[in-house]
Amino acid sequence: MSERDTRTGEPDILAELQAEVAQDLADERPPVGGPAYQVVAALVVLAFGVGAAVLAHGYGLGSLRRPGPGLWPFVVSILVAVLGVVLLVIGRRLDDAEKFTRASFLVLAGGATFVGLGILMPTIGFEIPAVLLGIVWLRFLGGETWRSTIVVSIATTAAFYLLFLYALKIPLPHLF
Amino acid sequence: MDWNAFLDGFAVVTEPTNLLYCLIGVLIGMLIGVLPGLGPAATMAILLPIAYNAGDPVSAIIMLAGIYYGAQYGGTITSVLLRIPGEASSVVTVFDGFALAKQGKAGTALGIAAIGSFVGATISIIGLTFLGPVIAGYALDFGDPEYAALALLGVLLVATVGNGHMVKALVAAAVGLLLATVGADSFTSANRFTFDTLQLQGGIDFVVVAMGLFGVGEILYNLEERHGKIHVPAAIANIWPSRKDLKEAGPAIGRGSVIGFFLGVLPGGGAVMASLAAYAAEKRVAKDPSRFGRGAIEGVAGPESANNAAATSSFIPLLTIGIPANASMAMLFAALLVVGVTPGPQLIDENPELFWGVINSMYIGNLILLVLSIPLVGIFVKILRVRPAILAPITALITILGVYTINNSVFDIFLMIGFGILGYLMKKTGFEPGPLVLAFVLGSLMESSFRRSMLIFDGDPTGFVTRPISGTILAFLLLVLLLPLLRRVLRRRVTETIEPDHHDEKAELR
Repeated sequence: MSERDTRTGEPDILAELQAEVAQDLADERPPVGGPAYQVVAALVVLAFGVGAAVLAHGYGLGSLRRPGPGLWPFVVSILVAVLGVVLLVIGRRLDDAEKFTRASFLVLAGGATFVGLGILMPTIGFEIPAVLLGIVWLRFLGGETWRSTIVVSIATTAAFYLLFLYALKIPLPHLF
Repeated sequence: MDWNAFLDGFAVVTEPTNLLYCLIGVLIGMLIGVLPGLGPAATMAILLPIAYNAGDPVSAIIMLAGIYYGAQYGGTITSVLLRIPGEASSVVTVFDGFALAKQGKAGTALGIAAIGSFVGATISIIGLTFLGPVIAGYALDFGDPEYAALALLGVLLVATVGNGHMVKALVAAAVGLLLATVGADSFTSANRFTFDTLQLQGGIDFVVVAMGLFGVGEILYNLEERHGKIHVPAAIANIWPSRKDLKEAGPAIGRGSVIGFFLGVLPGGGAVMASLAAYAAEKRVAKDPSRFGRGAIEGVAGPESANNAAATSSFIPLLTIGIPANASMAMLFAALLVVGVTPGPQLIDENPELFWGVINSMYIGNLILLVLSIPLVGIFVKILRVRPAILAPITALITILGVYTINNSVFDIFLMIGFGILGYLMKKTGFEPGPLVLAFVLGSLMESSFRRSMLIFDGDPTGFVTRPISGTILAFLLLVLLLPLLRRVLRRRVTETIEPDHHDEKAELR
């Protein structure tokens, strides 16, 4: 594509188009996170790379002739760390991070229900936790009415019960 | 070409169970295409456990493939009716599609798009049918150095050509490569990054990573994004395009199909880039370019043919070389591994019923999609009235219960949630999860072929460059890496003053 861009002297239609679409999509985007987001992300990447490199070094690098178990992970970790540094330098100007807003608490709550289901399922089966997850997601995260909340959660759980235990014959932990 | 194997493939597809799986696949694909939120890669990730549980591996693969190309059809509907692209590959269809809808010609736009999609996909499948075996024949000669280079090229192309900032995509890819090394080393069986836990010794299951990053990550992200508004589209009539419309759109469909076919084969290309390129091409060849954006039927026909052609031809690198070209193909790669098939050039000889079964299922699947999207489009339009809030807990439950069924392991659930949170945070900070997942899939192939190559070369890395095929691949790779830098330098020199850099705008084009 790049060849075409340079070949024709006229303005780059593709780029124009992308700008137009980006503008359209930008209208629906949440507020942009500032440089702090970028710096933190870059630092996490850097720390991850350095940490992995230290661990990989401990596994034994070997030589190029006889690569040890740590050589490949070590090379890749170094790459991660270097890219982390690059991000630290150039990242400040980027605007592709999204700000955490009040709505981000919804995500936290949603994630918590995932964990809850994971903890409860092995002990009391999947049915009750599944209905509870449905209620939380529909009523509290989704703002549905109580009536549709109850109907959809119970119907969904019943459908999964039939699907997994009878149709697919997969032994999910179940209470009933 | 082995005609018997090809025809046997049709026998495989027409088995009632396989037909059913094909129908389910394209239906799901079309549904998620219509509903904004989950993309095809995420849906395929969520449904990967089916590959473990389906009776016949071929049916599972046929279904997952159907989701991918089915989504390309569905994405059009919301683009035309609501000005919301259901899929990234239908973004450009919005311009002329919605303009046509405003003029009361939504039916025409949808009809032409469906026909274009069908033609594009079918041309691409024919190309795949004839070219696939040829490419696989060449690839049989590839040794470890070639595979190391190819895997590297695949990862790099997805990272550089894909959406988002290039450095961030490279970070994601490198992290994916690193995660692939977790577990016992296959050469020395030394434990790496296991932190003395038994569960990590066998490595991280690819399916868990994909379900977490794509599935859970996207579900959590959508929870916050709240595409919650319901849009009720107007009724559409007269879906069958007139002969005049068909005559106008015909050449555009042809051009779009060809553009899509070639761009789809390239790693990292795929449907999104193809639809953009086709739109640009239509605008360029048109006698009166100003019609575009105001309801030019070619502006719908070209991109829609291209994105389906590309979606189809992106199966070529996966099925013939064993290198997935994009994130959705990485899901299919994983599904193949799950059913015990290693994708690669030997696939066509060792598993002809799978190779031809999947390819031929696309002929049938596209026929089903044509039927679904012309006479039955009204039903799919009605689905737009379903509130996303109702679907969210259902997808959440499918994900959790599904990941548990893989190994009956609660540990997998928590691992998946962990990757889900990582995926959400990545999306928030501008890192695309796609390159990570793709690099994770290719990671062990890349490491083991690199290490075996070093053994072959007796520790001399110049061997990669001196072998003709791997050398060529590496040269191409260098070109890909340097091209963006070169372009930026050139562009800066040409338009020092006015033009802002387009690079960041591309990042937002998701």
